[in-house]
Amino acid sequence: MKKKDEKSRSRMKGTPARVLKLIKPYRAFVILSLLTAAVSVAGQLFIPILTGNAIDYMADQGRVDFASVTRIAVYIGIAMALSAAAQYVLGTVNNYVTFHVTCDLRNLAARKIERLPLSYLDTHLTGDLVSRVIADADLLSDGLLMGFTQLFTGVLTILGTLVFMLRVSLPIALVVILVTPLSLVAASYIANKTYRFFQLQSEVRGRETALVNESIEGMKVIHAFGGEQESLRVFDEVNEELEDASLKATFYSSLTNPATRFVNSVVYAGVILTGALFALSGGITVGQLSVFLTYANQYTKPFNEISGVVTELANALASAARIFELLDAEEDPADDLDARELHPEDIDGHVTLDHVDFSYVPDKPLIEDLTLDVLPGRRVAIVGPTGSGKTTLINLLMRFYDVDEGAILLGGTDIRKIRRQNLRAAYGMVLQETWLKAGTIAENIAYGDPGAVREKIVEAAKAARAHGFISRLPQGYDTPISEDGGQLSQGEKQLLCIARVMLSLPPMLILDEATSSIDTRTELKIQNAMARMMEGRTSFIVAHRLSTIREADVILVLADGHIVEKGTHGELLEKGGFYARLYHSQFEGVSI
Amino acid sequence: MKRLLSYLKEFRREALLAPALKMLEAFFDLFVPLVTADIINKGIGGGSRSYILTHVGLLILLGLLGFAISISAQYFAARAAVGTTSRLRRALFDHIQSFGFGEIDKLGTGTLITRMTSDMTQVQNGINLFLRLFLRSPFIVFGAMIMAFTISAKAALIFAAAIPILSLIIFGLMRLTRPLYRRVQGRLDSLTASVREDLTGVRVVRAFRREKAETERFQSENERLLKAQIRVGRLSALMNPLTFAVVNTALIVLIGTGALEIHAGELAQGDLIALVNYLNQILIELVKLANLIVQVARALASADRVDEILSIEPGMTYGDREIDCGARGVCAVVFDHVSMTYPGAGGESLHDISFTAMPGETIGVIGGTGSGKSTLVHLIPRFYDRTEGQIRLFGSDVKELNRESLDKAVAIALQKAQLFSGTIRSNLAMGNKEADDEALWKALDAAQASEFVKGREGGLDAPVEQGGRNFSGGQRQRLAVARALAADPRILILDDSASALDYATDAALRKAIRAMSGRMTLFVVSQRANSVMQADRIIVLENGRMAGLGTHEELMKECEVYRDIYESQFKKEAAK
Repeated sequence: MKKKDEKSRSRMKGTPARVLKLIKPYRAFVILSLLTAAVSVAGQLFIPILTGNAIDYMADQGRVDFASVTRIAVYIGIAMALSAAAQYVLGTVNNYVTFHVTCDLRNLAARKIERLPLSYLDTHLTGDLVSRVIADADLLSDGLLMGFTQLFTGVLTILGTLVFMLRVSLPIALVVILVTPLSLVAASYIANKTYRFFQLQSEVRGRETALVNESIEGMKVIHAFGGEQESLRVFDEVNEELEDASLKATFYSSLTNPATRFVNSVVYAGVILTGALFALSGGITVGQLSVFLTYANQYTKPFNEISGVVTELANALASAARIFELLDAEEDPADDLDARELHPEDIDGHVTLDHVDFSYVPDKPLIEDLTLDVLPGRRVAIVGPTGSGKTTLINLLMRFYDVDEGAILLGGTDIRKIRRQNLRAAYGMVLQETWLKAGTIAENIAYGDPGAVREKIVEAAKAARAHGFISRLPQGYDTPISEDGGQLSQGEKQLLCIARVMLSLPPMLILDEATSSIDTRTELKIQNAMARMMEGRTSFIVAHRLSTIREADVILVLADGHIVEKGTHGELLEKGGFYARLYHSQFEGVSI
Repeated sequence: MKRLLSYLKEFRREALLAPALKMLEAFFDLFVPLVTADIINKGIGGGSRSYILTHVGLLILLGLLGFAISISAQYFAARAAVGTTSRLRRALFDHIQSFGFGEIDKLGTGTLITRMTSDMTQVQNGINLFLRLFLRSPFIVFGAMIMAFTISAKAALIFAAAIPILSLIIFGLMRLTRPLYRRVQGRLDSLTASVREDLTGVRVVRAFRREKAETERFQSENERLLKAQIRVGRLSALMNPLTFAVVNTALIVLIGTGALEIHAGELAQGDLIALVNYLNQILIELVKLANLIVQVARALASADRVDEILSIEPGMTYGDREIDCGARGVCAVVFDHVSMTYPGAGGESLHDISFTAMPGETIGVIGGTGSGKSTLVHLIPRFYDRTEGQIRLFGSDVKELNRESLDKAVAIALQKAQLFSGTIRSNLAMGNKEADDEALWKALDAAQASEFVKGREGGLDAPVEQGGRNFSGGQRQRLAVARALAADPRILILDDSASALDYATDAALRKAIRAMSGRMTLFVVSQRANSVMQADRIIVLENGRMAGLGTHEELMKECEVYRDIYESQFKKEAAK
């Protein structure tokens, strides 16, 4: 627990400075905010003085100095107008700065995400990253806004009232000054206590969010098994826990206000006592006392607010720290300075793996000493059981991950010496995970080349045999599809992914289970197009369906990160090993 | 809005006590200027030291009372706000669970999650602030006015004139900003979707080198959010200066009137001070209100969004008929001229499908991508409703069956194998709480999953992480099949649920299931001919129409589509 505290404290360190750095570009606005805050506070403080003076001019029946009262009323009017105008500018400027800072921070985070290595993204929960960019940024924005609007004016009010009070009467002012900080002591004591509850609340809230995420994503399954009752029960458990934590955090944090208010009412009583006693001995006028009482109120009020702001700001900074943690994550190393510019026409498609070692987790070796030479235009099929390293190989070819030992060469150049953009442009990739973006069908097909004309898109769709079902959609190529592809079937999504690659046709191909959800007849129909696509292009094909890979130039059978068999379909069948067993299981009459 | 209030009702006591106590606290606050005026008028005026002392003591007592009352009020407000939101969140969750597949498809998961989480937080804050302030503030304002009346009716008229103007400003601004805050939340939705998409599609984004484009898209969404925020900010920034101006205008008028009254001897100096104090109290209260009104307006916008989901009626209602599986000679499943069009779709996904399946029969369903295979089997457990024709299970129209018996009778392993965090046991027992270890292991055996389950520490009680991400795709699929088997259904549907398995495992799985099934009706959906060729009957679908129905042998003779499919998978091999 203690260690955790230290860790979170060290994480907090430097956060305020970094937030200030984010604000820096808007310093002109911050200065404007300070100025308007000063004007608005000065106006607010001046009005009670004027009021007190005015009251002093109306001592008793028949003894009212109307000329002076009128003059003062005009002054009050001017002070009011200035202060109100300043308040509006202040509010607008504060909004401007806060929302811009949040917007900037989110943009930084989004750019960061694009530069993070896959190893980071693969090991962090999507929901958590999303909540950092969205929810935490929002909390920071709330805290900043409150800080700007209330902290500045609060501090200024305190300083201003101090000056005014000291000018009116030193002893009474001293009473106020001495007693009021008590409210801050009370507030910080409570804030300290409640911080723990706030942390608990956000922790439970995080768990509930994850559960809701999972349940809504899996709602169809829950539905299918009539699991609603059970799922509601699980939800209730967390929900009740959240209710409990939330109640504690909300209640204990809301104690600050009554506590500081109580302290202030004591201060107020003290001022009256001292003031009244002074007035008795003729030390001050009644009018001055009234001014003083207003000040006592005004002076203590910001303490109330500041104590609230302090809690809010601490929360905001904790959120900011979570975003900074994301921003500090180590990025994919930048391309080497001498990295080669590689144009698609320069790529011969000669890929060499030279004694490659790789593992995701340091002491769990996955790929060890893998060597392979793929000549230009060859079709390489990769076969093997789950976890044998098929997908890992693709991660390495695309440089989603870097090899630990050895090297991968493209046309004789280490791929680490080629600019990433160029390397990735060299491959066309179709994955089993059929990711489509929210947008129209046409936009998705033209993902690799957004400028593509409609004829080119239709041509690609026809080649991928996707044209048929697209034409049956209500708006054809302009049909919008939602986040996860909505009502398209898995196979249809896969056809779109193939069309996406058909459109840009890079010099090399990676097909990871590219046709696993497509029926074999459609597959047969697109096979010609696929074959044409692979013609002269070095291709890496991962598949369970052996019919897809039968015609490969070389089949690699992977097991536990090693190549256990290597050869053509015919050779491997003859050998009667692992591959042969796998292949025969497809055709042996397994009786149902 | 009504619906939300009904959840507050459960905490009626707290919801009434909190503002009532707040008012009581405010009531004591209102006494403060009176006591102060007395101290000045009688204490100082009368030169009585003891009067001053006792009345200062009274002030402190009032403060202490206020403190105690205020704490209780905070507690009740927190209790009501947190409790109501918790109930509301539960109700929303429950309501989302009642949605059919159609509603889930239409709404999308992203926005449902935001509404369950961030909108709920807003609502909770809103209720809390509302209970604490929205009664207290008017009370203070009106209370101050009434107290002013007791001092001077003429001066109090100023209060009476200022208050309507102030309410107009506050409620007017709230009304104006509410839709704008809704827009802000909506923009936040799109921004969330944008980040989620970037993260889930990161491999494709990078492979197609679209990092820059995706970042730009995020930035433009972000820009839209910023614009919406600034726009609503501009309006809500009016609150403070406007109320300030109104209250101080009232002050000027009060000073003017006060001067005349004092001159005429109708008002004492101390009284005017008290009046000014009341006016100041109003101002302080309004400043507080203005700072928080932003949050209340946001909360209202979020409440609207929650209400929007709650008011979507699930499109499916269930009958009350129990399924009767016992009767002999009754078909387990009958499709009678069934057609199906998805809402919003351009055309029919299924057209005029008729077939029957007897208990104990195995029905294969085969066809091309998008031919309607999944749609067909999804109609059996009523994930969607057919648009034409009739579907009968054991003699009853599916629409007349009650939900529970329908779920119990039909189990399905979906194409996308979804697991839930918990244990292997909690996942397997989803469809059948009573299943004992023996039954679970039997299901795992048949699903070819017992080997890797045994390999996990804890066996059946081994943990399953969120979404099952600690299992491989093939393992997830086998667990999903085991889950369906463990439900011990009368009708079992395997919806292409072995696509990630190699052929040997797939074959062994089907063989084992057939062996344990007895009188269970089995539907096997697949693109692989060898997955369905041993079925008693095979339904061949092509573009949503029935292209053939019969045994493998019959179809090979008569159905060209089926022959095509078969040959696409076997011919070349046969030729070799």
